Amino acid sequence: MSARFVRLAEGERPTVRLMVDGEPIEALQGDTLMVALLTRVSALRQSEFDPGRRAGFCLMGACQDCWVWTRSGERLRACSNEVREGLDIVTRQPEAIWPLRG
Amino acid sequence: MATARLKNLQKDALRVVIVGAGPAGTRCAETLVAAGIRPILLDENRRDGGQIYRRQPEGFTRDYATLYGSEAEKARALHQSFDRLRERIDYRPDTLVWSLTPGQLCCVSQGKHTTVDYDALILCTGATDRLMPIEGWQLAGTYSLGGAQIALKAQAVSIGRRVVFLGSGPLLYLVASQYLKAGATVAAVLDTSPLRKRIAALPKLLARPGLLFTGMKLLAQLYLARIPVHLGVEPQQVLGDAASGVSAVRVRTSHGDNLQFDCDALALGYHLRPETQLADLAGCRMRFQEVSQQWVLDTDGEGRTSVRGVYAAGDGARIRGADAAEHAGRLVALALLQDLQQPVHGEALALQRRVLAVMDEFSHGLCQAFPWPAAQAKALADEAIVCRCEMITAGELRSVVREKGACEVNRAKAFSRVGMGRCQGRYCSQAGAEVIAAAAGVAVERVGRQRGQAPVKPLSMLTEELKQAEEVAP
Repeated sequence: MSARFVRLAEGERPTVRLMVDGEPIEALQGDTLMVALLTRVSALRQSEFDPGRRAGFCLMGACQDCWVWTRSGERLRACSNEVREGLDIVTRQPEAIWPLRG
Repeated sequence: MATARLKNLQKDALRVVIVGAGPAGTRCAETLVAAGIRPILLDENRRDGGQIYRRQPEGFTRDYATLYGSEAEKARALHQSFDRLRERIDYRPDTLVWSLTPGQLCCVSQGKHTTVDYDALILCTGATDRLMPIEGWQLAGTYSLGGAQIALKAQAVSIGRRVVFLGSGPLLYLVASQYLKAGATVAAVLDTSPLRKRIAALPKLLARPGLLFTGMKLLAQLYLARIPVHLGVEPQQVLGDAASGVSAVRVRTSHGDNLQFDCDALALGYHLRPETQLADLAGCRMRFQEVSQQWVLDTDGEGRTSVRGVYAAGDGARIRGADAAEHAGRLVALALLQDLQQPVHGEALALQRRVLAVMDEFSHGLCQAFPWPAAQAKALADEAIVCRCEMITAGELRSVVREKGACEVNRAKAFSRVGMGRCQGRYCSQAGAEVIAAAAGVAVERVGRQRGQAPVKPLSMLTEELKQAEEVAP
């Protein structure tokens, strides 16, 4: 899958390493998760309602099209969360766990 | 939150809460600080500036001219004002206000729920892109116009290798020219507004000749760079496939020719719509604004809503742009001070009102020059997606109007789920209302507007409290 976003400037930032779906990737400090992902691949996730792939839409936290999850199940908007060293992201919705079980 | 109660409070004990740290929120805070009030400023973003003057993350090095172009000095001035205010206000970034009850806001900040009490609330919640669907807009690689701008401004990326800009409004030309200047490839700029609308709007646009000139300069830059620019187009389809996303955009020109532009990204937008959900939850009255053909907050000339103690300024009240937002922010602060029986110079109030009257005139001119393309909703193919969150088609929405008689948007939403998905109607409800109105054969203001619902944005179930509850559970 080819990259969707193209970097035009600000390429001189330090590198940050994180995991995406179990694979290590490198991003630049200050990248949003969306930019870290879409400068490598063409989509963020699978739509739940059709065969289409989704790659975000509004970039301002309004459309919620760009959800990804941490390994522990916390949901993040890829457009408004920055990469951090050691972050472990999954792009498939984890099994729904009712948080007040028991 | 009666004004009567406000009057009885000491200035020090008064809890004034501003929501949003864009141009309106910042100027409002500044005016209140000057009067000796220390407001709480809640901001969903991580840094001040709002969307238009969004600050790039730490470690980015582009200068103001590169980032904000013709608006560089305004951006710098606003940021500097905020920096000076920083210690004199209670600024809480990364804080989403997701609901409210009279006197109290429900917030979530970094996974933690908090409440914030208020005596006076000033909503400076800004705007999002106003969208009209086009067949195929659900394909990956279609972004809102504002989103395309944020990609460039906040992250120094282009949304694609070849980008088509489609829609209408000043932002269309601004973002396209910013992409061009930053070295991105602009495949075409396609405006649904015909030239005659702009000519007809000239008298109103001349209210702000400087801005009109800036707009013409942007257009000239695009022509000089030999970017195909077409006015008065009818959008036809976004082409592509489910796996790889957008591959081309097809439009019909004003001469009736079909044109296709190959691209891997589309920036789509028709001006802006106000974020009114919190005002709606507070019970503030709305009104249908003829000139923009959308529902806006019904405020008095100074920013008081119909609910006492609740105020609004900037694009979150009605769309007038960033310059007007700065003035409206100052004015609403003066209005609040007046309600608190604080000394306010009549001349200061009058000055802001005079400036805003000019900006009103200009914003009406923009609505006239770049009209909302309501007719497109009527012409939308039955197979076209209206709700891109849950993939609901125009045909499905029309069928609930025809078969169930759901001629009101909230009722049609209940049957069709248009407006119920992840974006909570931000990107489909206006077009949805047009589809319903056309199917029902009534004017769009007759089908109502989608009610705000709490939470105004989806919340994660895994907040701190719930995590703790889980830990102590057997």
